[in-house]
Amino acid sequence: MSDPASLQKTALHSAHQKLGARLVEFGGWHMPVQYTGIVDEHKAVRETAGVFDISHMGEFYISGAGAHAFLNGLLTNDAGKLAVVQGQYTLMLNDDAGVIDDLILYRLLEEEFLLVVNAAKIAEDRAWIQQRLPAGVTFEDRSTATGALALQGPRSLQIARALLGAGWPMPEHNHITAYSWNCQPVFAARTGYTGEDGVELFFPAEIAEAFFAALLEAGKPLGLKPTGLGARDTLRLEACLPLNGNDLSPTRTPLEAGLGAFVSLTKAEDFPGKEVLLKQKANGVNEKLVAFRLTQGGPPPRAHYALFLGETRVGEVTSGAPSPTLGCGVGLAYVEIEFAEPGTKLELEVRGARVPVEVVKKPFYKRAK
Amino acid sequence: MSNIPAELRYAASHEWIKVEGTAGTVGISDHAQSELSDVVYVELPKVGTKVTAGSVVATIESVKAASDIYTPASGEITEVNTALTKNPELVNKDPYGAAWLFKIALSAPDEVQKLQDAAAYKTAIGE
Repeated sequence: MSDPASLQKTALHSAHQKLGARLVEFGGWHMPVQYTGIVDEHKAVRETAGVFDISHMGEFYISGAGAHAFLNGLLTNDAGKLAVVQGQYTLMLNDDAGVIDDLILYRLLEEEFLLVVNAAKIAEDRAWIQQRLPAGVTFEDRSTATGALALQGPRSLQIARALLGAGWPMPEHNHITAYSWNCQPVFAARTGYTGEDGVELFFPAEIAEAFFAALLEAGKPLGLKPTGLGARDTLRLEACLPLNGNDLSPTRTPLEAGLGAFVSLTKAEDFPGKEVLLKQKANGVNEKLVAFRLTQGGPPPRAHYALFLGETRVGEVTSGAPSPTLGCGVGLAYVEIEFAEPGTKLELEVRGARVPVEVVKKPFYKRAK
Repeated sequence: MSNIPAELRYAASHEWIKVEGTAGTVGISDHAQSELSDVVYVELPKVGTKVTAGSVVATIESVKAASDIYTPASGEITEVNTALTKNPELVNKDPYGAAWLFKIALSAPDEVQKLQDAAAYKTAIGE
């Protein structure tokens, strides 16, 4: 592990230490992996609520006449579909249609957008965007100045209301609302990375400690727990939400990752990778990201394990873990397209032995509406 | 503060060994189980395997990762704790008792003297 002193810290770093969190390196940041235990925290999010520090993520503001057209020429989804205060999942691709980053784009005003990006990709994303920035469009990276918490789980809206007050305008799904707490601006987006309902809250970094403490206090009677990156990973895996760097990479396209719904090949603007995607769409993909689970128990899948059919290697795992909800090992893997159908029986190689698995429909877990 | 029984010897890689004559019983320390948290799978060596001190003989998987387990002593595996196959969470609940991993017929009992005693292990893990 890297020396913690060399790692970046969020404004909540010492708050995590006081809560007894175990901190680990993640994408150059020193972040809580767990407080009481991954399974315990996973269950809290599925049954009551959990709060994750996501202050390490990046926040970019892009504004000015032409901002919308610029973003449509940069990202895969159609920003033109966004009403003011609406958000969408979208991707930024290289010229080969490989994924640089997956992000959430919110339209704050007609020509003002907020882009939330992965922590490990802040510098790379910023450079990619700034190189392409046209005259008249302003780019501002407010990542350091912004604190962020993801409040997730069935009781999270109730908790947000307890903290922010009866006047808080609860956002619709994938929408963002602006409000204030102690005279400080707080954005709340009805988004998340766990498969549960919830909000992601963005606020000035200088109020992070006070805001986090107030949120934990407001949520205490409702069973809110601080939750770490360990549970975040098992939760997002059960929901089949991809992790950049594992399931997404510069050599995998969104069509291979099964994210075609977030790619508009019909919008007017060309974006990096569009040509490649048009060809791939016409010819079909050779490999696809699938969900699979163990069928007879055994060791959990892990990234880079191989999948076999008989003696033929047909795929590679990109994410894997024991699923606390399903009670068995689950994973995501790129497999050759002829083995991508749900119901396909394959074998996972673990330390030289074979474990039977089955390709299943995504996601592993879907919350009851 | 973790539990560190005085009668055991400890490897730097956090396994404990209890020696009775030329027989050893091996498990992982309370500190190690706490660091791993939520053990979900235990893979044990085969009975009859001859092993050398410091070599990987088992795997313990937590939610987050797979961890190698090293034998603290050389010899032949005489028995493995099959209860852990069904109940891997015993490793978290009772690391010095019900969750022993394997028994070993020591081929060089003196090796054990090189392992840390409880006081040295306590210092090594910063307690």
